[in-house]
Amino acid sequence: MRLMKKNILILFITTIMLLMMLSGCTIKLLGAPNKDTLSDVSNGTDTSSDVSKATSTEVSAVNPTNTTEKVELVVAAAASLTDVATEIADRYKAVAPNVTVTYTFGSSGALQTQIEEGAPVDVFMSAANKQMTALEAKGLIQVGTKKELLVNKVVLIIQKDSTKEIKSFEDIATDKVSTIALGEPTSVPVGQYTEDIFTSLGILDKVKPKSNYGSDVRQVLTWVESGEVDCGVVYATDAISSDKIKVVCEAPKDSHKSVIYPVAVLKSSKYTVEAQGFLEFLSTTEVTNVFKKYGFKMK
Amino acid sequence: MDLSPLYISIKVAFVATIITIILGIAAARYVLKIRRFKGLIDGVFTLPMVLPPTVVGFFLLVIFGRNSLFGKILMQFDINIVFTWVGAVIASTVVSFPLMYRTVRGAFEQFDITIIYAARTLGISEFKIFYKIIIPNVIPSIIAGTVLAFARALGEFGATIMLAGNIPGRTQTMAVAVYTAVQAGDRAKAYSWVLIICIMSFTSIILINFWNNRQDKKTAKRGDS
Repeated sequence: MRLMKKNILILFITTIMLLMMLSGCTIKLLGAPNKDTLSDVSNGTDTSSDVSKATSTEVSAVNPTNTTEKVELVVAAAASLTDVATEIADRYKAVAPNVTVTYTFGSSGALQTQIEEGAPVDVFMSAANKQMTALEAKGLIQVGTKKELLVNKVVLIIQKDSTKEIKSFEDIATDKVSTIALGEPTSVPVGQYTEDIFTSLGILDKVKPKSNYGSDVRQVLTWVESGEVDCGVVYATDAISSDKIKVVCEAPKDSHKSVIYPVAVLKSSKYTVEAQGFLEFLSTTEVTNVFKKYGFKMK
Repeated sequence: MDLSPLYISIKVAFVATIITIILGIAAARYVLKIRRFKGLIDGVFTLPMVLPPTVVGFFLLVIFGRNSLFGKILMQFDINIVFTWVGAVIASTVVSFPLMYRTVRGAFEQFDITIIYAARTLGISEFKIFYKIIIPNVIPSIIAGTVLAFARALGEFGATIMLAGNIPGRTQTMAVAVYTAVQAGDRAKAYSWVLIICIMSFTSIILINFWNNRQDKKTAKRGDS
């Protein structure tokens, strides 16, 4: 009996050790290839003629970024940025070939928690100020790097072939609309904004009986696309991604808090300079145009 | 289409299943042996099955994060689990573990105790009894548990995205790829991953049924002769 227990204990410990070793290996593997390629390159230059050696050193003196070690930036980005962020990373390769941008996508709240628990993240692109402010309050953000980068608009949409005479947010209160799709106000940010809009227009009570609440903004979009509801309220960026719907109008000015996407470099980042460089790249005209293509507006 | 989520899923599920087999059998054996706190320990082992995976993921994130004591110890060795594929393996292992543990435990409990008594009278050591007599007799349950655990590990989402994140080409598994595709509004991509996952999960269930049927026929034949 006692022997049995001991054996099981040993089994447990070996498995855990195995796991530890595995994790150790991956980290080494991640770090190793870069060094190998670098040493290969330097070996190559050593064997070549003196002339090329001289030029290569000259070049490196003039342009130090060419010789800097390869850097991998981990960028935690809100899920709504998936497409646009991927395109930006592709473009960044041409600007800074030594920097690889690696994304992890999730909801801003989940990303916030992961950063708080020490996930190795260099740059955070949040879909709301709330998460960024929380991290700032905990001192996890590099002072002076936070920037309100993008603005998203809240829009009213109808199906492309819809014959409904819906022209404005006020029309939702009239008989022209019998059903509307909205985000769940308690859990979906766009749902909160929508409720603010109706409150400021004073039509919330009339809209509520017509409302169908989606668990995320994509569901609202799907319902409008399939014509199950007369209209819906989503972000401009969601509206632009679908060709089965059309935008009726933007939400009236000041009827809701602005939807802001802030970015910042994190304090734990080992590559502050490169991370800053990436943030600066996000504000260049090249990237601004990419953001506009996907329906974002610059702050 | 970038097939990396498929490879990552299989790699993660494969490693997680191996660890689950070892831990599951050991844990089932352990729980049978102990007298005190049996219900309590059984509850802890089964918990990952009943808890929402996001809760499991959150626990794991807190445990392996650098704010915890364990995380600090790992930091000393320069080991980072969060946002690595090892994190995905841990998440899948924890979530699939109860399936293996419960299946094997059930088999152990139904095992004919008189055989063990007989073995003891012959002076065979307890450990030898375990792997020479008990294990071969509960192999069908072990295989059933393995297939279930593998299927579960393959489809793991909630805990994985919490601990391992969603890094394309590194920790983005198929389930996470579906989530990302839906969030990005990429229907075609979401559908293709859904299809692949359905086929793989369905095949594993069919395989286990097929194998079970064959096993039943074998025993029936043995009964006839």
